[in-house]
Amino acid sequence: MTDTTETPALAMQTGLLAELQDRFRRSAEYVVIPILALIVSGVLFSIFLLALGKSPADFFALVWRGGFGTSFSWQNTLVRSAPLIFTALCVAIPARLGLVIIGGEGALVLGGFAAAAIAVPMIDWAPVFVLLPVMVVAAIAAGGIWIGAVGALRHYRGVNETIASLLMFYIAVSVLNFFVEGLLRDPSDPNKPSTRPIGSENMIGVIPGTDVHWGLIVGVLLCVLLYLVMNRTTFGFAAQIAGGNLRAAQAQGLPVGKLMVVACAIAGACAGLAGFFEVAAIHGKANASLIAGYGFTGILVSFLARHNPLVIVPVAIFLGGIAASGGLVQRRMDLPDATVLVLQGLLFIVILVSETFYGRLSFFKPKGDR
Amino acid sequence: MSKLDFSRRTLLKSSAAGLTLLSGTGLSRLAHASDLTVGIVYVGPRDDFGWNQAHAVAAAALKEVPGVTVVEEENVPETIAVEKSMESMINLDGANMIFATSFGYYKPFVLDLAAKYPDVEFRHAAPLWTEGDPKNAGSYFGYLDQAHYIDGIAAGLSTTSNKLGFVAAKPIGTVLRNINSFLLGARKVNPDATVQVIFTGEWSMPVREAEAANALVDAGCDVLTCHVDGPKVVIETAESRGIKCCGHNASQAPLAPNGFITGAEYKWETIYKMFAADLAAGEPLPNFTGGGFDVDFVQNTPYGAGATEQAIAVADAAREEVKGGAPIFVGPIKKQDGSVLLAEGESFDNYEPALDQTDYLIEGVSGSIT
Repeated sequence: MTDTTETPALAMQTGLLAELQDRFRRSAEYVVIPILALIVSGVLFSIFLLALGKSPADFFALVWRGGFGTSFSWQNTLVRSAPLIFTALCVAIPARLGLVIIGGEGALVLGGFAAAAIAVPMIDWAPVFVLLPVMVVAAIAAGGIWIGAVGALRHYRGVNETIASLLMFYIAVSVLNFFVEGLLRDPSDPNKPSTRPIGSENMIGVIPGTDVHWGLIVGVLLCVLLYLVMNRTTFGFAAQIAGGNLRAAQAQGLPVGKLMVVACAIAGACAGLAGFFEVAAIHGKANASLIAGYGFTGILVSFLARHNPLVIVPVAIFLGGIAASGGLVQRRMDLPDATVLVLQGLLFIVILVSETFYGRLSFFKPKGDR
Repeated sequence: MSKLDFSRRTLLKSSAAGLTLLSGTGLSRLAHASDLTVGIVYVGPRDDFGWNQAHAVAAAALKEVPGVTVVEEENVPETIAVEKSMESMINLDGANMIFATSFGYYKPFVLDLAAKYPDVEFRHAAPLWTEGDPKNAGSYFGYLDQAHYIDGIAAGLSTTSNKLGFVAAKPIGTVLRNINSFLLGARKVNPDATVQVIFTGEWSMPVREAEAANALVDAGCDVLTCHVDGPKVVIETAESRGIKCCGHNASQAPLAPNGFITGAEYKWETIYKMFAADLAAGEPLPNFTGGGFDVDFVQNTPYGAGATEQAIAVADAAREEVKGGAPIFVGPIKKQDGSVLLAEGESFDNYEPALDQTDYLIEGVSGSIT
């Protein structure tokens, strides 16, 4: 404390004000940097468009219209966001432990397949309130075991979780193809191998007044739940410690292996649930259409959200909107569909680079630390 | 056509009749198509030298029709994405006619949307529509085996080893029928010709297609053709190995400047223009339409450097005969297992429904379905 002539009460007030200012500066960092990153990506992408001889203004206007401009566009966006929320959680939860899981697509495929497969012998007799919960459990179990195994391999055998989860995606696809083209193939559909449909009466409906299935609501609730788990429970705290410094966590006696397996299993369960909604709300059966790349876009969502479950929701909607507008951009501007992939890629890289600026810009630092 | 057991031939005849009518009055009717917007969705890239390109070529021709606006979207997966793409075309582009060009788009996506948008006409490029499906939905299809038959004739007169190679995707009805027709064409002009088939098991699997093509060349085949989504690899392999080839789906002539003979192509343009004209005139569209040379739904690629003078003359004459109704399947024909398909003096009409159910290869074709 420096010399001051202020009364103690006033000193306390100014101290409080300074503290509030510092807090504000620190949290502003988490808002300003991503926004700057978005602007930089927008500028870079505009240069790309100009090089192609197209108008960036047209492009962004179309993205707005196709993704958010009409009530139809919003529904289109939300339908595409729902699976991304689940698959992003599959990346975000293990990321708290410092694990980079990129094979959520495999858990989604297997989850969807397990849900459809377990339904096959039950379709004829089970009422919908029995069938759907059984399918959910099957999907969660399949996804959970799949990614849980990645966590176990990492801890007990030292296998790199990134590579393992990616390679296991290919195994998951093979498992799906093996059963769908063989044992569980529905003979009434000779040209596109699929499991037997669960029937429209067993399908999950849409949120009244919209085209969006209930998976979106479940996804949002799951994000809130997992945010609380990761930030307000001892499990989440332990996971964060282990993610910060594995050795220190071990030295503290934290059950690191168990934490890894459980976090991975939760992650896989989320992706498996995405597969369940694909089957129960969209396709009605399992087939190769389950492999649609949601798991891979989920990686992008999670990184953009800095692995924060609450931020995943708006980011998934943002990317869902870009995907939803991709068609309109193709149609109106005569651009190839890879254009939106270029935008996604630019966003990804710029956001990753922007991460390195956290804590380095003096503007956001508390006054005393400058 | 309210009868359940409607005859496809009747439909073909009626669509052929409609076409004749169209050729007389077509232009004046199209002039009124001032508010017709057609949306077309593709499962792959528009320049794949195959299935998607065949549709894109037709879309380009449809754009030339005054008063018709065409909006296109490529690389649309067979998931909820296609439903939203089609809906986006309807809601944001004002499309009143949709062409869904991939097999997996039909169920549930086209069916759901047809029920939701009764004022929009949906047509799907595979013979899947059945009585009971929405009346504003339907199927269109070209009988490509007629064009493969002509390919076979040209190939049979171009081979010196009498061994023809066929790279096929999956052993399903349409594929088997094309292989059989290709052999029958070759045998018509060259009784010693045989066809050797290799199935890759996938619609698009470039690596296996290249392996299969090389294996067929190594086995002594000096003409290759194929039935896969994108014949690019097969044609390029044939060209690089210095042998001749026949195309499939779209024109691959630019890929084989030395060895290209001719190819079996769809002519979707005819169907697209016919539907557009019917809509503009306010006439109901057929729910099921299909045909071959007689209604100009299929065609052969212009001859390349690989075709001999004799092959060109004989193939052109044979095409006129098929157009006039001359049957392709003329007895005696035996199946691979030696059982009699057609005895001496018997023949199948080119639109014989039994041919749609082809689940066999005929004698003269080597290669196993299983």
